[in-house]
Parts: sequence; C-alpha cells; structure tokens
Amino acid sequence: MDRVTDPTFWMPKGASTVAGDVDQLYYFLYWLSVVLFVGIVGAMTWFALRYKRKSETEIPHGPHHNTVLEVTWTVIPLILVMVIFVWGFRGYLRMVVAPGDAMVINVTAQQWQWSFTYPNGVVDAMDERKDKQPVNGAKDMPVLRVPAGRPVKLVMRSNDVLHSFWVPEFRVKHDIVPGQYSMVWFNAIEPGDYRVFCTEYCGQDHSMMMATVMVMKPEEFDAWLKKKGGEVGGGDPVAAGALLYKTKACGGCHSTDGKPSVGPTMKGLFGRKEEITDGQPVTVDENYIRESILEPRAKLVKGFGPVMPESYGNKGPADQQLSEKQVESLIAFIKSLK
Amino acid sequence: MSVAATASGRVPHYLEAGKGIKSWLVTLDHKRIGVMYLWSVLGAFLLGGLAAILVRTELWSTGQTIMDANAYNRMFTLHGAAMVFLFIIPSVPAALGNILLPIMLGAKDVAFPRLNLASYYIYLVGALFALAAIAFGGVDTGWTFYTPYSTSDKVANTAVMMTFAAFVLGFSSIFTGINFIVTVHKLRAPGITWFRMPLFVWAIYSTAILQVLATPVLAITLLLFMVERTFGIGIFDATIGGDPVLFQHFFWFYSHPAVYIMILPGMGIISELTSTFSRRPIFGYTAVAFSSVALAIFSFLVWGHHMFVSGQSEYASALFSFLTFFVALPSGVKMFNWLGTMYKGSISFASPNLYAMAFMFLFSIGGLTGIFLGALSTDVHLTDSYFVVAHFHYVMMGGTIFAFFGGIHYWWPKTFGVTYNEGLAKIAVALQFIGFNITFFSQFILGTRGMPRRYFNYPPDFEELHRISTIGSYIVFAGFLLTAWYLIASLRKEKNAGDNPWHSVALEWQTSSPPPVENFVETPKIKHGPYDYDHPDAAPLVLASASSNRKAS
Ligand code: HEC
Ligand SMILES: [Cu+2]
Ligand SMILES: [Cu+2]
Repeated sequence: MDRVTDPTFWMPKGASTVAGDVDQLYYFLYWLSVVLFVGIVGAMTWFALRYKRKSETEIPHGPHHNTVLEVTWTVIPLILVMVIFVWGFRGYLRMVVAPGDAMVINVTAQQWQWSFTYPNGVVDAMDERKDKQPVNGAKDMPVLRVPAGRPVKLVMRSNDVLHSFWVPEFRVKHDIVPGQYSMVWFNAIEPGDYRVFCTEYCGQDHSMMMATVMVMKPEEFDAWLKKKGGEVGGGDPVAAGALLYKTKACGGCHSTDGKPSVGPTMKGLFGRKEEITDGQPVTVDENYIRESILEPRAKLVKGFGPVMPESYGNKGPADQQLSEKQVESLIAFIKSLK
Repeated sequence: MSVAATASGRVPHYLEAGKGIKSWLVTLDHKRIGVMYLWSVLGAFLLGGLAAILVRTELWSTGQTIMDANAYNRMFTLHGAAMVFLFIIPSVPAALGNILLPIMLGAKDVAFPRLNLASYYIYLVGALFALAAIAFGGVDTGWTFYTPYSTSDKVANTAVMMTFAAFVLGFSSIFTGINFIVTVHKLRAPGITWFRMPLFVWAIYSTAILQVLATPVLAITLLLFMVERTFGIGIFDATIGGDPVLFQHFFWFYSHPAVYIMILPGMGIISELTSTFSRRPIFGYTAVAFSSVALAIFSFLVWGHHMFVSGQSEYASALFSFLTFFVALPSGVKMFNWLGTMYKGSISFASPNLYAMAFMFLFSIGGLTGIFLGALSTDVHLTDSYFVVAHFHYVMMGGTIFAFFGGIHYWWPKTFGVTYNEGLAKIAVALQFIGFNITFFSQFILGTRGMPRRYFNYPPDFEELHRISTIGSYIVFAGFLLTAWYLIASLRKEKNAGDNPWHSVALEWQTSSPPPVENFVETPKIKHGPYDYDHPDAAPLVLASASSNRKAS
C-alpha cells in the first residue's frame, strides 16, 4: 500500500496517500522539461556556434519554412499536453472528493491563527511537548492531531479575510473563503509532525500563521480524543445542536423521523440529492445546510413554500441570529440523523 | 557614403526639430512621445527594482533583517504593482512600439497623434495616483488586491483605489491600442501587405486588440465596487452576501490577458532580433504571425487557472486547465520557428542578439514550468508557493524584460543615433543572465520544497536557498546599473552610429538614424519584406551598409 516517501532534491517527504501520484506527475513533467529544454537550448547553442558570422558581407541561404516539420512540432506537443491534462485531472479528482467515511474536523482561520475543533467538541490544544519550538516567530503553534491511515476531512471557515491551508508533505492545499465552508481532505500515512502554512496572503503576520499537524497512531489518537472529550464535557456539538434544534424551534417545521411536515424532514438529509425549484438538483453537504439555515430563500426545496424564517441569518434581529459556532453544531446534529 | 557627407546635406532629424523642454511636452511626434515613455517606464523599472532589492535583502535571514513585517508587505506590493502596471505593461508597446511602429509601416506618424500624447499624460496621472495610493495609503495587499483584505478598513480601501489607478493606466493603454490598430489598418505604405509586416508589428497589433478588449473589465469591476459601497448590495463582500471569489474572477479576467499584453510584444522583438542577427527570413513567418493572434484569443479563456484552489467549482477548474494547455502550442511554435530562423544563418554575437538568446533560454524555462502549474494535481501543491514566483519571473523578467532590453540595445542607434560601449554591454548581459538564474532558479527549489510566497519570515531550513537568491538579485542589479551607465554615457557622444549599423534589410533601417520628423524623406517604395535577406533587391542593402560602416570606422 501507500508508504511515506523520502524527500528528494525537489519534493519534500510525501506523507499522504495522494502524494505519490502528484510526485510521479511532477517528475514526469520535470524530465520532459529537461529533455525539451536541452533540445531547444542545445539546438540554439549549436546553431549559434556552427553558423557564427564569418564576414560582414555574407548572406546565408536556407529554408524559409517546412510544412511537415511545422505540423509535427505542433501535433506532438498537442498530444503530450492532452496526456498531461488527463493525468493532472485524475489526480485532482482524488484530491477533491473526500471518502464518505472521513472524520470531519472543523477548522477556523483568522488573522493570524488556526483553531481546530473535533467532532466531540474538543478544541485543539497547544503543543505541550517541550522540544517543539514555534517557528517563524509564531507566538504559539496550535496542533492539529489526526490519526494515521484514516481519511480526515477539514471543514474550514474564515472569520475575516482569505487564508489558505497547505501541508507541503501532504501535497494538499485549499483557500479558505469567508462566507462559506471550504473543504480539504487527506489521509496521512504514518505518525509524524508536519508544518501547516497559510498560503493566501492575509496581512501583517501572514508568514507567522502556522500550525503543526501531528499524525498519531490511531489507537493513541482515539485515546487522546476520548480523554480530552471527558475533560471538556458537554462540548459535544451534536448534543449542542440537538439543544439548539429544540430552542430555536426547528422541530416545529422539520421532523427527525422521516415524515415531511411544513418543511422537509432532517432524517437522512446529509448526502441526499435534493430537487430545487428553479435550479439544478444539489447534493446536500455542509455548505448547502449552512446556506439553507442562513439564507433559506437562496434555494427552495421542490414542493415547499418560502416559509422558513430568514431571521437565523444576518437579516434577522441580533438576538435571533445564529453564530458560526451554533451553525456548526446544528450541522453536526443534522449529520447525525442518519 | 560616409557619415560626414550625410551630416552636411540632410534633413534635420527629429531630435533636432525643436529645442527646449516645451518642444517635448507638447510634441505630437510619435518618436518623441515614445522616448518620453521610455524614460518614464525606465524610471518605474528603477523604482520597482529598488523595492525588489529591499525585499531580497530582508529575506537574507529568518526573522527581521532590515525592516518589519508591515514594511516588508508594503515593499513587495510596491515592487509588484510598479513592475506590472507602471513598467512591463506599457514598456514595449508604449516606448518601443511608439518609436518604431509607424517607421516600420512607412508611415509619417500614428493615426491619432494627439490621442497619443494624451495617452502619455494619462499614464503619468495614473502612475502618480497609484504611487500616492501605495505611499500614503500604506497598501500592503500584494499586486493582486484580493478582497476582502483589500476592502478592510486597515488598508483604506486599497482595492477601490488601486482598481481606479489600474483603470486610469488602462485608459492610456486603450488610447495607445486604438492608435496602433488604426495605424496598422490605414497607414501602411504602398507595398506593405499584411504579410509583409514585421512580426513586431503583428505582436503589437495583437496586443493592442487585447488592451482595447480587456481593459474595460477593470471599469466594470470599479463600477461594481461603487454599487456595493453606495447601495450596500453584496457583490464581493461576504458579510453582506457577496462572494470574494468573484473579485478574483474579475481580477484575472483582466490580468490574465494582461500577461499576454506583457509577453507578446517581447516575442515580437525576439522575431526582429533573430532575423537581423541571423540574416535570415523568419522561418514559418505565417505561423509566427498567427501564433500571436492565437495567443491573444486563448488568453481570454484561461483566467481560472489562477484559481484552482480558490474554491471555484471543480468542473470550472478542469475546463480552465484543459484550455490552458492550448496556450502552450503557439508559444512552442514561436520558439521552434526562431530556432528554424537561426538554422543555416549568419549569426552575430552582438549584444542585442545575446539578449535574444538569453530570452530563448529563460523563456523556455518559464514556459515549461507553466505546464507544472497548468496541470491540476501538481498545481495544488505548487500554487501560491515560490515556484509560482519563479515561474512568472522567468516569463515576465526572463521573457519580456530581457526582450525589452534586447530591443533597447538594437534600436538605440536608430533612436538616438549613437552606439554604446559594446564590450560593457556584453558584460552587462552576462551579469543579468547569470544573476537572474541564481536568483530565480533557487526559488523553484524553494517553492517545490514548501516555501509559501509573500512570507516576511520563514523556517530556518529555507535560509540557505534564500541567501543564494538574494546574492543573485544583487548581481542582476549590478548588471542593470552597468547598462544604465553605458547607455547614458553614449548619449553624450557624437552621433556616430551610421544609418544601418546592423546591416538589416528591415524598413526602419532604410531611413537615416535618427530619422527625420516625418520618418522618410520620400514615401518609401517597398519591394520586399522586412526579412528578405535573400531577395535580389535586399542583398545590396546589406552589402552597402556593411562596407560604408567599415569606411566610417
Ligand atoms: C416556519 C417553518 C420552519 C422553521 C421554523 C424552520 N424551517 Fe427549515 N425549512 C422550512 C421549509 C418550508 C423548508 C423547505 C423550503 C426551503 O428550502 O426553504 C426548509 C428547509 C430547510 C433545510 C433544507 C432542507 C432540504 O431538504 O434541503 C434545512 C437544512 C433547514 N430548513 C434547517 C432548519 C433549521 C436548522 C431550523 C431551525 C434553526 C429550521 N430549518 C427552521 C421551514 C422551516
Ligand atoms: Cu495568510
Ligand atoms: Cu494567467
């Protein structure tokens, strides 16, 4: 199966399941470029020396064009770039489609720090290990703990401007856009520590916005998460979401048992293909649920009227608006209604 | 025909046609306007270059070296904005294009001389506005001005101000563009058919079309900003329901074609240089001409390749990646045809041709590394890293700027009637070429290994490569200072160049150097194209100028 690859002259260690394919394409392009470059610059140098001007009055004679040659050097590159396109596209598909069983961790980015929240409500802790010094002048380095060998999906949101999540060893990167959830997933192969960089310019301390991904043995990770969950207590987003669902009266219009009432049922909603009035069908994901709650009129489910209150989003009075945290809890709760 | 004999009995050249500062400020002569543009864009190049040196110096070591994070962020913004908007975009078309396009077409001037002068003043206004915004507004967003950072209070609405500046500068480009389009269509001397036009003219013509079509997008963006501010309708601002990614679409819908506004004219220069210094007709002239047009068209369809990880739809990314690969083809065609032109030529190692060969070397690397970024899965790793920084410097600096300086050296005797110190010029090219590779090749390694761009600070394991890069940048800088020195020194000399120092058969060399105000004493009769070295009527031109030169020296 997949294994961690050692750093090469160019690439850092490859520590996720997509790294191998990216590196293969990279090195294919690299050697292709070397061959083409040596061909072009070699021909140029050879011509320059071979046909160096001998006298000021010499007038050389040579071919003006050559159709066969010209067609060849258009068609061969065309075939090559199409192969490269398909290769890159297939690798990209693997990077953007997270496996259904991926563990979801919520990521919040803001100027200039990262924060990570686990399914049971545990929020990341700083690195307690003494020998780990923050780099780049960062004041502290939050730690994203993940289990080795299991897919992890990050649902990321920004509190202010654009940011971007990059772990070079995983070969994955995604911008974090305010006003929506941005997703990235990876499957880290072996335990180890890697750096997280912010790679979308975000102001003064952009270069100090760093974190560590700590890939742990799955058993150790589970134990850690359980222990922390016990300490935090009551922070479980599913429970928090269930409570909100009650207090915000969602249940008045939405059932959790599969029967439609004023609004569609929440049971099995996540991942469902939903028919939309005036629009393409959509597959329900975090972003869709978020939009359905904050801007209910943006997409109307077929067969239902525009009656869901708009007051949960920023159109409502301040005391009725839901915070990002509350929306995240509601999503966690809805996702739990399988 | 010796130089002295020409001096006595000839019409005064354009530099003698009027004296004093006023004769320059109100001039309608395309050559003088071109010269004013030349000094202005070189001023911007110096400014952007100084900023670059400060940026590289700060990166000498991890942590703070000479300035704090805020100053650093402003410095790279100044560098990028000055280089792109004030230097590279206007450089070749507005400076060299203005000086040469009418002469190459056998015309007396451009179609609308007043518009031409207006474009220069608009450029000045736009440039001053941009610099004032950066200097007093503390703009630290990078030259891409992405929202919402650029619309936050801290940076005082940079996006609006800078879009406005880019828009004003764009208007100057539009004026120049319209002028060139009409001049090419209407003012070609009898005998200059479309396919006898120099490839430099084809390149400038394609660029002009791009400028006229792409620049209005800036105006639309500006208008949308105004609507958002005034009526509170969410367009780019997520807190009122807008979408920051939309700004990126608008930005690149202009700025990607702008990449071709920057590189096409450079490619045009390389065609001229390669032909003259190989004494060969351009191999596959028609293919090269059409490849300029093809690049201009494709450049409108690929803007989304800057946004593969931005959160645009994955389908869009796939389509943009697919289309991007078609840009590779016309670029490759040009490269191969230049090689074909050198084949069996008579190749000179004069400094302009050294620039041309440096261009081919550097642009090959720039183009090939573009493939890494066009392919989706590798782009995810490489985007927003130093790999991208290195890639576009190889294209923009190794490509356009080397071509521009090749062009400046080539047409220096034409424009000012003097020759520069060729020995120093060769040293300067060597310094620039070697320094450039040291500076930017190390950045490919940095980026692939995981160094993000726009970083004031970086982990210690990147320090060594950063130092190499910084040393390289000093070498490049020294090379350009040397160039500035011998070019300025040459202006003090007597006019000693002769009319056709390179023994070219191209039309611009068939009039005196510097040319008279109306470019030609009589309307030229064109019997052959600009590259027809083996045409029976052309060969004597080469021989005559070559022997006259020997006598004069
Ligand atoms: C007054 C009734 C009402 C209330 C209260 C209400 N909704 Fe809705 N909701 C609807 C209706 C009707 C629809 C279907 C039409 C639409 O898409 O807006 C809907 C749609 C949705 C959808 C999209 C469902 C799908 O099948 O695609 C979600 C998710 C949702 N609501 C969540 C909530 C949550 C969470 C709350 C509580 C914070 C809530 N709703 C409160 C009436 C309501
Ligand atoms: Cu950042
Ligand atoms: Cu582009």
